[in-house]
This record gives sequence, C-alpha cells and structure tokens, in this order.
Amino acid sequence: MALLARRNLFHDRIRFAVTLTGIVFALVLIIIQFGLFLGFTTTTSNNIDHSNADLWIVFHGVGYFDTGRMFSERKYYEVLATPGAQQAEKYIQNFANWKKPDGGMENIQVIGFHPGSGLGEPWNIVEGDVLDVKQEDGVIVDELYKEKLGVAKIGDRAEIGNHRARVVGFTRGIRSFTTSPFIYTSFKNSLDYTRPEAKEDQLAYVLVKAAPGVSAGELKSNLKARVSDVDVYTREEFSRRTRFYWMFTTGAGLAVLTAALMGLIVGIAVVAQTIYAATMDHIREYGTLKAMGATNGYLYRVLIEQAVWSAVLGYALAMLVAHFVVHASEKGGAVILMPPSVAVGMLFLAVGMCVTAALVSINKVTRIDPAMVFRG
Amino acid sequence: MAQANSRRDTVIRARGLSKIYDSGGTKLRALSDVNLEIHSGQLTLLMGPSGSGKTTLLSILGCILRPSSGNLELLGEEVTALPESALPRLRRGLIGFVFQGFNLFPALTAAENVALALDLRGIGAKAARRRAEELLIEVGLKERMHAFPADLSGGQKQRVAIARALAGDPPILLADEPTAALDSTSGRTVIELLQRLAHQHARAVVMVTHDPRVLSYGDRILHLEDGRLVREELPGENLPLPTPFAASSVPAHLSQVFPGEF
Repeated sequence: MALLARRNLFHDRIRFAVTLTGIVFALVLIIIQFGLFLGFTTTTSNNIDHSNADLWIVFHGVGYFDTGRMFSERKYYEVLATPGAQQAEKYIQNFANWKKPDGGMENIQVIGFHPGSGLGEPWNIVEGDVLDVKQEDGVIVDELYKEKLGVAKIGDRAEIGNHRARVVGFTRGIRSFTTSPFIYTSFKNSLDYTRPEAKEDQLAYVLVKAAPGVSAGELKSNLKARVSDVDVYTREEFSRRTRFYWMFTTGAGLAVLTAALMGLIVGIAVVAQTIYAATMDHIREYGTLKAMGATNGYLYRVLIEQAVWSAVLGYALAMLVAHFVVHASEKGGAVILMPPSVAVGMLFLAVGMCVTAALVSINKVTRIDPAMVFRG
Repeated sequence: MAQANSRRDTVIRARGLSKIYDSGGTKLRALSDVNLEIHSGQLTLLMGPSGSGKTTLLSILGCILRPSSGNLELLGEEVTALPESALPRLRRGLIGFVFQGFNLFPALTAAENVALALDLRGIGAKAARRRAEELLIEVGLKERMHAFPADLSGGQKQRVAIARALAGDPPILLADEPTAALDSTSGRTVIELLQRLAHQHARAVVMVTHDPRVLSYGDRILHLEDGRLVREELPGENLPLPTPFAASSVPAHLSQVFPGEF
C-alpha cells in the first residue's frame, strides 16, 4: 500500500512536478496574503505592543491609537498619585509635515515620549542613542524611510512644522501602516513639532507602569475610580482595539483582510484541483484495485498517504520560497510576517487541504464502473 | 484438444439473473433471466456480439455489479443478499480478474504488481515478494519480473496480469477478452495458460471472448444474445473452424514450463 502510494506519486515525475507546483503556489499565496494581513495588524499596534506600559490612558472616547485627543496635564499628575502606579509618562502622537533637505514634503507621524523612561520609546535602534532625542532638534527615524525622508545618516537635517530636526538615530523595521513614517522625539520636541500653539500641559496619552505586586487590572480599577474623563486600557486591550479598528472598520484593513481570505480560498481551490486531477489520473487503477478486492479503507489509506506526501513535500518547498519572500519583504514598505506558529499551522493546513481534496475525489474511487475496469 | 479435469464441482450457480440499467429515465435491459452453472476444472468461454451482456454478466459473476433480480451463489454462498461491504472479501478470496487492457499499475514492476494483490490480503511484504516471484516464474516471466509494464510486450503484460489474478489462489478466474489485444503468439500463450490453470489446478475459468482462435480451447461455450443465454456448446459442436495459432511461434520458455503442450 505504502509502495503503491509513493510510486503513484513519484513514477511520473512531470505529473508530480505539476502537482507540487500547484501545492507550492497555493501555499506561498496563502502565506503571503496571510503574512501581509499579520504584518498589517501587527504594524497598527506596534507602538502599543512595544511600549512596555501596563496601562494606556486616553481621553474619554478615544478607542484606538493614531487619533489621540489632547487632554490636560493635570490628569497626568492624578495618575501619578494613584495608588499602585509606579511610573507614568506623557506620550503624544500627531501628524505633521516633514520638509526634506531638497525641499520636498512628506507627511509624518510624530511620536513624543520621555527619553530614558523605558516607556513608549522606539525599539530596535541600530544607530544612535535614544537619549539623543533630548537634544532640542533630535529625532529618530527608521532606516526603511531614509529615502522617503531624504536623509541618509546621523546628523542629516530637515524641518518638521517649520522647526529644525536633526537625525540622531535610526531604528530598523518600525513601519507605519499609513504612508506617514513615524518620527520619534522627546515629548517636549514633539509639542513644538506638532502643536506649536499649544501649552505644555497638553498630552494625548499617559503610559503607566504598575508597582511591583500590583496587577494591571487592579491599577486600572484604581485609575478609573480616581481619574475622570479618561478611558483606561491595559496594553493588550488597547492593542486589540486598535487592531480591530484598523482591520475591520477601515477600507485598508478590509482590503487586506479580503485579500487574505481570497488567498486562502484560491489556495484551497488550487490544491483541491491539483490533488483531484492527480487522483483522477489514476482512477482506473483504483477501480482495478477495488475489483481485486481492495476495501474502501485500503483505498482511503493509499489516497491519504499520497496526499500527505504531496502536502509535506509541497510544504517544504513552499517554506523555502516563503522564507525568501518574507526576507525580501523586510526591506520593503509592506512587511510579510511568518511567525513560527503560522509556519507550523501551514503544515497542518497543507496536509488538511490535500487530504480533504483527496477524500473529495474518493467517491469516484470507491464506486467501480465495470466499463472502466473491464474495457481497455 | 485439452482434456478437462475430472473434478466438476459447481463453483458458480446463477438463477434468473437480470440486469436493468436506468439511464436518465430510460430502462435498458442488459441481462434477462440468465441461468448457468460454472464448474471447477473447466475453461468456460462466454461469447456473443457486442452489447449482448457479456461484460455485465462477468461483472455480476465477479461481484462487481449487482443484478437487478435473480440469485448468485459462489461456492454455495448466496451473494446477492450480502451487503456491499462483504463483497471485497469475496473478490479477494474467491475471484481473480484478468482484464483485456491488462490494468497493471504502471508505477510498479511486474513483481510489485503481483505482490500488490497479496498486500491486499494482508500478506507481509517479504512473503508477498517471494510468492510474486514464484508466480511470475510459473507464467514464464522469470527474467522480466523487475521490468515495468511499459517495458513489457502485450503478452508479457497479460501473463503478469494472470500471475496477479492467481496471487490469492482463487478458485474462480474471470477473464475479459484476455487475447483481444494480443498477437497470435501471445494470444496462444495466454489461452493455453488459462486452459492449464483450469485443468491442472481445478479452477473455474470464465473467459469472455470474440476471438475464434480460442474456441477449440474451451471446455464449454456459452452464447449470449440480447442479454439472454441462448445456447451452450461443447467444442466441436457446430463450431466455426478457427484459424489455429501458429505452433512455431510459441515462446521457448513456455515449452519448458509446460512441456509437451506445444
């Protein structure tokens, strides 16, 4: 049985290559589409997920990142005075214009944080130091956007909202899911860049760290009881809300989601067609086996073994291709993510798709048509 | 003319077999009230024009197709009432099939094709391999047992198919025009092999054929017309004179395997 399953697959190498190509194409398509979906959702909440804060405090009604509404600095002090709060930091996010050295303009998102606080700081810094943003015009940008922002090295200058900006560091892999790159700077600088008319007592978020032994839930209750007109979210809650908002209530998110679903459907259809055609190629042989006294169970086992072989080999090749695609995407604007859980999940998906497709064709196999078996 | 074995147990008994196909609301009667008995040790030829129901009858006798009405007994066991799930066991245990188109598995060697039939019966790989080689030697294919079907001649393929049909040592061998696709030499080799399997191994061999060259080999000839069994003949009774197979074309290995036959 095992011999027949393997030989049926490998004997006709061209046929097998076609089968594998179909499976690899389908799997790579699914991986790319799903990876883009993951990349998009991860990107929307990157700043939250890497904030190292236990809680995010936002103006009442602000449900997600990117739309922070300013509120009074007095709230910040109320938070600091709340039992169980070990640390609280002001944080801002706002859109601004970046004037390139050559005069061109780009939209950017300025992120203002307290350097050295450990909360809300940029991560994955590959050049420079986070503390350098304390300098009056110091900003950190991601190396992905060097060309877009017209800078190439530390010390390069630009203007943000008619204020000077000087690149003091580069991060790697911090993407914006909008077309506006993130620019990290000190909270003080960010107010200058984004709201020159505002007082310093305006902030968009307060990032809070709970004291040792105090849970985020407990601190959240304390804050809600003590600080009015704000919403308090755990990091996970705020991340989830932000992802949900961008994924399911915006055209961009729905487009990515739809593309991922289409990738899955097309992938399944390609695999189903490929495996079905491969099974039908041997239909007369299965009929002969049945005439010889093979039980349906025997035929199932042959087909399933073939499907599993096809899936595993197709998966191995697809992973190889996907690895290159994912690696190449790291330098592009749209990241494709393939965490280990997805890689493992794809194996199960591949086996599941191939086995299901084989079983779909099994109805044809388990019914013998005497004309098919007897006539040459 | 070969002499039939003296043992004449009835291995197949059919009573009132009918088969009606329903094709898009149109009823097509393929078999009508067929009664017959097939005996061990005999080569029974089933003849008739195209569309006379030969393949349908062979399919019913082989438990591949169920009759619309009538009864079928194989070795005394009534099989028409058995559930579908019981039929594979009957086919494995009682019946060997030889097909006009050989129906070999192109991805398997000759030996592996035969061993596959034993694998179906749960026989271990080594034992199956050994038995397959014995069977291929028996049909004169010792030198070709590791060849793939694509590298075999038509006659060799059919002998592999016969070896495969014999793998389970079935008492019944059903052959559907096994010589139709073969040249004169190969045709003679195959028909003599089938005859020998009937006579020397006491098998009941039923062979559907159009080939007039094989008539003289049959112990009985059953004629089907329009789904009815119209007459039975014994060789020599009103038979058209067949064009004999050329004796000079008999392969040397078969002369060795079956000395005195040619």
